[in-house]
Amino acid sequence: MNTLFDKIWDSHIVQVVEDGPTQLYIDRLYAHEVTSPQAFDTLRDKGIKVFRPDHVIAMPDHNTPSDQQDHIDDPIGKKQVDTLKANCEEFGIKHFTMGTKDNGIIHVVGPEKGLSLPGMTIVCGDSHTSTHGAVGALAMGIGTSEVAQVLASQTILQSKPKSMRINIEGELQKGVTAKDVALYIMAQMTTSGATGYVVEYAGSTIRNMSMEGRLTLSNLSIEMGSRAGIIAPDETTFAYLKGREYAPKGEAWDKAVAYWKTLKSDDNAVFDKEVTYKAEDIAPRITYGTNPGAGIAIDGTVPTLDSVSAEEAAQLKSQLDYMQFAPGEKLEGKPVDYVFLGACTNGRIEDFRAFASIVKGKKKADNVVAWLVPGSWLVRQQIIDEGIDKILEEAGFELRLPSCSACLAMNPDKVPAGKLSISTSNRNFVGRQGPGARTILASPLTVAASAITGVITDPRKV
Amino acid sequence: MAKQKFNIIKSTCIPIEIDNCNTDLIIPARYLAFTTRDPKFFGEAFMHDLRYDANDKPVADFVMNQPEYSEAPHEGVHEIIVGGKNWGSGSSREHAAWAIAGYGVRVVISSSFADIHRNNLLNCFVLPVIVTPEFQTELFASIKSNPQTVVTVDVPNQTVTNEATGKSEKFEINGYKKYCLMNALDDIDFLLENQDKIVAWEEKK
Repeated sequence: MNTLFDKIWDSHIVQVVEDGPTQLYIDRLYAHEVTSPQAFDTLRDKGIKVFRPDHVIAMPDHNTPSDQQDHIDDPIGKKQVDTLKANCEEFGIKHFTMGTKDNGIIHVVGPEKGLSLPGMTIVCGDSHTSTHGAVGALAMGIGTSEVAQVLASQTILQSKPKSMRINIEGELQKGVTAKDVALYIMAQMTTSGATGYVVEYAGSTIRNMSMEGRLTLSNLSIEMGSRAGIIAPDETTFAYLKGREYAPKGEAWDKAVAYWKTLKSDDNAVFDKEVTYKAEDIAPRITYGTNPGAGIAIDGTVPTLDSVSAEEAAQLKSQLDYMQFAPGEKLEGKPVDYVFLGACTNGRIEDFRAFASIVKGKKKADNVVAWLVPGSWLVRQQIIDEGIDKILEEAGFELRLPSCSACLAMNPDKVPAGKLSISTSNRNFVGRQGPGARTILASPLTVAASAITGVITDPRKV
Repeated sequence: MAKQKFNIIKSTCIPIEIDNCNTDLIIPARYLAFTTRDPKFFGEAFMHDLRYDANDKPVADFVMNQPEYSEAPHEGVHEIIVGGKNWGSGSSREHAAWAIAGYGVRVVISSSFADIHRNNLLNCFVLPVIVTPEFQTELFASIKSNPQTVVTVDVPNQTVTNEATGKSEKFEINGYKKYCLMNALDDIDFLLENQDKIVAWEEKK
């Protein structure tokens, strides 16, 4: 009567500290340049080595430019990227250098290289580590002190979260993607609805969802506060992982699959909380506010101030003031300035296929600046191999180089103050895409449709 | 970050009445590119884009710039932040906890915290105290009517008291972490001491 989460958690317990947390063994630590330098400093302070360097994989992604990758102009960003490389050399950690074919956004690279596997415990100093849960791993974002703890001991101290199952049942409508499912769930549950929980996604919609879609959904688990998102591995997972660079091969593969098939919640497993949504209720979604839960169906209207409590009305008003939207307003048809396809949320091959399916044979609107940024060099190569780059080029778009890019404005791709961006990234926070930038979150299909028309556009109508 | 032993903290508070105050607000991404560990550097970046406008001029009506709350934290003064619900949501950046600690804050009180940020605060020796929404609402009201309102956070007894109203609540913290805070001990040292158990786990696997 165990949940999938229980099974992975229990199999990694080193000890339960008396009246305290659990010491959990970590199979994989991913490290990027932003949240690791101070952790390596801690090791140097204490004069200790990395305990299990072969369990650690590092790559820069946040500071990486997307126009060229020969150099980084910003000396501070450059120092951070150089520091990661130097730390990896000093401590004997595998490092995927910027501008090489192994590099990309950590949460895109991990699964596509078969470094994230079912049943693993995975951590990274990055909240979107939840992404890797899509392969059936327990994957959690951590802070830099905890990165140091894992480097030093390959373990972490955590209190066990509660369990929640979110079931999605039925067939998604045309024009509705995993991104829309996630934005819908967040709007129902709020951005703290799953705080303190590990969420397992289940139901027929999930079973029929592609691996890329599952990675998108799991990626956004943190945006409703959950400690991790997890999806039981199945034939879709195995087909995705088979033959990947670091996935088991031959006999080891067969043995691994036999084990992975046991990784599912028992029929009588009890969850602390369980909710069910219907796929048919989900339309293409956009956000109107400054948290990812502030979303509506694309043809809907922004909430009015009297539709919420007095306390919430003040916060809603401040969000709408920042976004320059009016209560009760319809957003469909509003001009956009920037379009961003990419990020660990939607920077995979399927996202580029979806974008291309909309823009094929059409032209980018003149008023729009578009950044199309693959999540990794492997994704970029696949885009070229499939001829998607030609479709994009003919429609007036340019394919950029792998980077976190405009998701968080830590590299040259910043949306200027006051400009409105429609983006496949994960956060519409105040100033997230650049100081003063206004962000609408949406799916690759919706972003593509809007890139063609220059206004917020329902992908079902193009 | 400086490690200070916890016992009883009695202090006035800075009320930051923002729900879902995410870590991007607590410290904007551009400060994340720095590899320093200087608490002062991160303390100055705390709530930067709400404290300062685009020309780096203080925003007069933001709470931290108001005369009642602008004094930098020191013993008994502004060592406590009272935040809105879902404090520290979003990015896992520990820089947000460094900013709070670097500013001089020792306790953050809210009705709910995001999980990763809560762990980060503890690892930076800032105590997150979870209170009921009623306690939080009353405390905001007490501070509003008297910015000199004192709150007592008694770590040994796990109680938090609004001295203006006398309202007191128990708060949760596990025994291990309480011991660590009261003795200024790091998790990493505990883990290093338990290396034999880690190796035993690996061998069993």
